[in-house]
Amino acid sequence: MYDGWKILVGLIIGVVLLAYPFWPDTEKWAAKTPEPELTAKAQEAKVCVEPKSYIKTEHMKLLDQWRDSVVREGIRQYESSTGKIYDISLQNTCMECHSNKSKFCDQCHDYAGVDPFCWECHIEPEESM
Amino acid sequence: MGIKRRDFLRLAGLSTLIGLAGKTSFKWLAPGQVEASIKEAPLTAGTKWGMVVDMTKMDEHVMDKCIQACHRTHNVPKIENPKHEIKWIWKEAYEHTFPGQHHDYAAEEYEHRDFLLLCNHCTNPPCCRVCPTKATWKREQDGIVMMDQHRCIGCRFCMAACPYGVRSFNWGDPRKADETLNPDFPTNPEYPTRAVGVVEKCNFCAERLAKGQYPACVEAANEIKKGALTFGDLDAPDSEVRELLHEHYTIIRKPELGTGPNIYYIV
Repeated sequence: MYDGWKILVGLIIGVVLLAYPFWPDTEKWAAKTPEPELTAKAQEAKVCVEPKSYIKTEHMKLLDQWRDSVVREGIRQYESSTGKIYDISLQNTCMECHSNKSKFCDQCHDYAGVDPFCWECHIEPEESM
Repeated sequence: MGIKRRDFLRLAGLSTLIGLAGKTSFKWLAPGQVEASIKEAPLTAGTKWGMVVDMTKMDEHVMDKCIQACHRTHNVPKIENPKHEIKWIWKEAYEHTFPGQHHDYAAEEYEHRDFLLLCNHCTNPPCCRVCPTKATWKREQDGIVMMDQHRCIGCRFCMAACPYGVRSFNWGDPRKADETLNPDFPTNPEYPTRAVGVVEKCNFCAERLAKGQYPACVEAANEIKKGALTFGDLDAPDSEVRELLHEHYTIIRKPELGTGPNIYYIV
């Protein structure tokens, strides 16, 4: 085999490159997944409009349904799975508790690389820094 | 032996009755019904909203107050350039309000005064017919010509279609409007602003009606001059607006176009 060592070194580098995402330690190198921070008010309320697990994965769909419900169907109240009635409003209902947009919305959205355009129109609460 | 015809019919009838009774009782007793009935407060029950503008009671001061109330409620910025300005409700001269009515010997009283204009929430709105995304449409339940800012792509077909000029286009970001003219913008933190590149107009205060409140302009006008603006259900024969229309001679803008405006003027 001509230049065998070159091929071997190349193969090793290749395998390392391919395998490195699966190394257990890489989590330490990657940016830490941010945890949404709850305001005192949100902590006191204990529950969101739906269970946390649902909100975590489906909040974007729920907000989408909400906007169609209010704007297009004129239905401005939401009955949660627990039977409680909420006013449907991102700006007034969601942000009343989650008034810390930068720590509650933005840091996860930044981490996930999504850029929802809610705040081009909806007014975010003022945050005291 | 099979079942007799008479018995079969009796059985069928009886089971239908039981089924129907069960269904209705379930409907009545279902949870959440009490809360849902909030929606049936009087101001949310109209089927065809309309407005009567009594020009005999209107003056500059009242009109300015209406405009201010509306624009502050809906975060409409002041923009100096008339080509870029945003207006939901505004003042216009007689000859522009009622073109075709104007003649050489028109009474000075009307000739030189301003009228209060807003979206007519037409019965047959041309703006909705041309909208390619259905971002503007006529709400079936109460006749409001609504805007869905999420869907508007800013093509401005509706602006070309509206014969009354009630629609404005956001040429710039309203939040970046001149700060000296809009020191405390956005004025209503409970209502959104708009984004650059969408069309906007009067929504007959749909968000206030849902809470059982009168439109902001009506509220503002009646605080200063009772009866200058009257809002109500045109489908209800005993409503205040219908009574006014019955008692007074009223005119609408450009009736010849067949759009069916729902803003009436007592002159």
